[in-house]
Amino acid sequence: MIFPRWTNWLPLWILIGLVLVGGAVTAGVTYYFTPKYTRVGYEPIQPVPFSHRVHAGELGMDCRYCHSQVDKAWVANIPSASTCMNCHNQVLKDDPRLALVRESATNNTPMPWVQVHITPDYVYFNHAVHVRRGISCVECHGRIDQMDEVYHAKSFSMSFCLNCHRDPAAFIRPVNKVTDLGWQWSTNAVQNAKLQKIEGQKLVDHMRVQSLQNCSACHR
Amino acid sequence: MAESATQLESLAPPTELRRMAPVPADRSLGWLTDKLTAFNEGRTPLWWWVLFLPAAFCAAVVLPGALVYKISTGVGVWGNNMPVMWGWDIINFVWWVGVAHAGTLISAMLFLTRQHWRTAIGRAAEAMTVFSVMMAGLYPAIHVGREWFDWYMIPIPTSNGLWPQFRSPLMWDVFAVNTYLIVSTLFWYMGLIPDLALMRDRAKTRVRKFLYGLFALGWTGSARQWHNYEKAYLVLSGLATLLVFTVSSIVGMDFATAQLAGWHETIFPFYFVAGAVFCGFGMVLVLLIPLRKWCHLEDIITLAHIDKICKLTLMMGCVMGYIYAVEFFIAWYSGNPYDAWVFGHRMFGHQYWYGGWMMIVVNASLPQLFWIKKVRQNLKLIFVIAVLINIGMWFERFTIIVGSLYQDFLPANWGVYYPTWVDVASYVGTLGAFFMLYLLFVRFLPMVPVSEVKAITPCADPHHALGGAKGWRA
Ligand code: HEC
Ligand code: HEC
Ligand code: HEC
Ligand code: HEC
Ligand code: HEC
Repeated sequence: MIFPRWTNWLPLWILIGLVLVGGAVTAGVTYYFTPKYTRVGYEPIQPVPFSHRVHAGELGMDCRYCHSQVDKAWVANIPSASTCMNCHNQVLKDDPRLALVRESATNNTPMPWVQVHITPDYVYFNHAVHVRRGISCVECHGRIDQMDEVYHAKSFSMSFCLNCHRDPAAFIRPVNKVTDLGWQWSTNAVQNAKLQKIEGQKLVDHMRVQSLQNCSACHR
Repeated sequence: MAESATQLESLAPPTELRRMAPVPADRSLGWLTDKLTAFNEGRTPLWWWVLFLPAAFCAAVVLPGALVYKISTGVGVWGNNMPVMWGWDIINFVWWVGVAHAGTLISAMLFLTRQHWRTAIGRAAEAMTVFSVMMAGLYPAIHVGREWFDWYMIPIPTSNGLWPQFRSPLMWDVFAVNTYLIVSTLFWYMGLIPDLALMRDRAKTRVRKFLYGLFALGWTGSARQWHNYEKAYLVLSGLATLLVFTVSSIVGMDFATAQLAGWHETIFPFYFVAGAVFCGFGMVLVLLIPLRKWCHLEDIITLAHIDKICKLTLMMGCVMGYIYAVEFFIAWYSGNPYDAWVFGHRMFGHQYWYGGWMMIVVNASLPQLFWIKKVRQNLKLIFVIAVLINIGMWFERFTIIVGSLYQDFLPANWGVYYPTWVDVASYVGTLGAFFMLYLLFVRFLPMVPVSEVKAITPCADPHHALGGAKGWRA
């Protein structure tokens, strides 16, 4: 006999196999091939062990002391070494970890920081628009003030951007709290969610924040 | 034999009321089986190789060559450019989809309307459908320009949070063509199962036993299997019949949604369905006329079949003539200067006038010859007319697409269109692939549905004088 009895079950096994393999491939692609996995957690080693936790967290510096263009320009600038020297010509004056900063400041050469966040060149992004509409750094960069070394906290996929653009009221906060990453409407989680809803909508109405979903908002 | 024939004669209805017999001579079932499987079981004839090798060359070398070159270099290797953004890619897409339609019409629509004569040619026509839909589906996939993003057309959740634009005709094409391919492949394969089992049971070598057995899916021919089979066949033919109308309507609407003179017409869905079926009948004739001779099936696919297809072709040709007339009439009657311009230039423009004349002379006028019975019996002439119809319908699409695009609303945008060798090679490649698949089909699968033909012979009918178990001998 060419086809023994057990081959009657073959279609069923093939079906089960296809479902399993298909499920595994789908799950694998969804987990490993999306920006949630490929980008989140990216943490390059920086030339100087600069710590946001120390400066922005413990010393309580405002982000805009260093990223001074973030609310004025589309790009958030990385501070030049001379900004560091405002303090470090006093603090840790001769610390070997800061040798590169001192060298850069005296020779006027750029610091070789490794870029962490970047959008593809077909995406237009503007910091000032967000920061001035009460969108906090934390929504896109996570708790930078608790990081020693900056890492990629959010996925920056298109659905990540759209998630907020579809409903800004759920993320917005008063403009003067934008750089205060730990700020909340209320320490009570339930109360906070309620206030976000009510006050968020008020802010959106007050500032006439739009829900930008047109492709040409970001792809121009 | 002679005795039974007279007996048959006395019981049959008067000649003018008689339906065309599916098999002219009253033959036994065994004779039919041997006859219909003879080509699959015999030695490969020379003509088959002579046709197969060039077709396979086109399919295996020319088509992949053209595609690889186009995909690796970019869409600029085609002749498409402003303002003619649709060229041979879309012309050939519409042409191939059109070729497919006659197959479905014959196999599904004539099945539902109980036209028993369609039995003998149903499978051959359906195979034509399956293979030409495959060729058609290729073109939208490559004409997007960035083939590696084709998967964007599948509605799946992605991290882009982006879904296909369901208002875009490109998406309609995706669903129309894929539905068509799936339904017609299923329909064709379903119909094949009993015959695959037949081939399995007759097979001599182990390889053939295994392969036919594999695809026969364990068919035993039990009453229960036949019952389910007939049900499924009916459902699928119902679905397929709808597709005759929907697929080319959608292709027509790809054009009609554009605000372009020459495309923006309410007649387009109907126009494209009619054109498709017309062109497909041409292709059925081109395939069947030689094959019935070379595969020795003249007794099964008879002159009466050819005659009927010719009549259908004639009808569709008249419909085409009517539609062309309406188009020209509306271009004048609407008073729209752009329409008048496009349609005037279709016939008398300095650039593509020949396409317009092909439409009138070949598509609308040439089939009128089929009014004459002598013509409907002259196989060589029919073959020539059928080939010309296919060419004519190709030029119709050329005229509609290029002829409407090359002079749009702003004279500053005007331009001309020439295909490049890559365009030509892609088309030749798909033609080769189509004929290669068709030749393989003819060689390895019964071209005429054996079990269906047997079911409609007189001896399959128990009420017939000589039918049922009344001891038929031949
Ligand atoms: C003392 C100056 C200073 C302050 C204050 C500061 N930063 Fe930075 N920031 C830097 C420097 C220097 C880098 C580049 C080195 C690095 O990536 O660690 C940087 C990098 C970053 C990056 C990553 C840039 C990239 O490459 O993608 C982000 C995001 C960022 N800062 C956000 C913030 C936020 C939010 C705050 C406020 C909570 C803040 N920074 C406060 C100096 C500062
Ligand atoms: C507002 C003043 C100020 C500025 C501006 C400043 N720092 Fe600091 N920095 C400090 C203080 C204070 C400390 C803590 C010293 C200590 O821990 O003893 C510190 C510590 C450090 C350390 C050691 C971190 C550790 O883990 O102990 C590094 C490295 C450093 N800073 C780099 C920089 C760089 C690079 C810049 C410029 C982008 C910068 N700092 C700008 C005040 C500043
Ligand atoms: C709406 C999301 C969003 C918010 C809010 C946001 N950023 Fe960014 N940030 C981005 C994106 C996206 C990039 C990458 C930009 C690019 O491709 O150049 C980025 C890049 C940066 C960089 C690196 C720029 C460079 O050229 O390397 C710094 C520094 C930065 N952000 C700081 C901040 C600070 C400080 C704030 C708060 C005041 C902030 N960002 C708020 C999305 C955001
Ligand atoms: C947490 C909320 C939030 C996130 C996340 C966010 N945006 Fe925005 N975005 C806004 C708001 C609010 C505005 C301002 C709308 C207005 O103009 O009223 C805005 C405006 C913009 C604009 C300005 C459009 C213009 O007309 O100039 C661009 C571009 C933009 N966003 C791109 C992005 C991109 C790219 C991302 C993802 C990397 C992103 N945004 C993520 C909230 C967000
Ligand atoms: C809020 C900003 C925003 C809007 C609005 C937006 N996009 Fe995007 N889009 C992005 C970002 C950011 C990416 C990059 C995602 C990534 O790198 O994973 C992207 C990526 C894409 C990609 C993937 C490109 C590739 O090569 O992978 C496509 C396609 C796309 N967008 C199409 C659209 C279309 C179509 C629309 C309008 C319906 C649209 N986008 C609206 C922000 C936006």
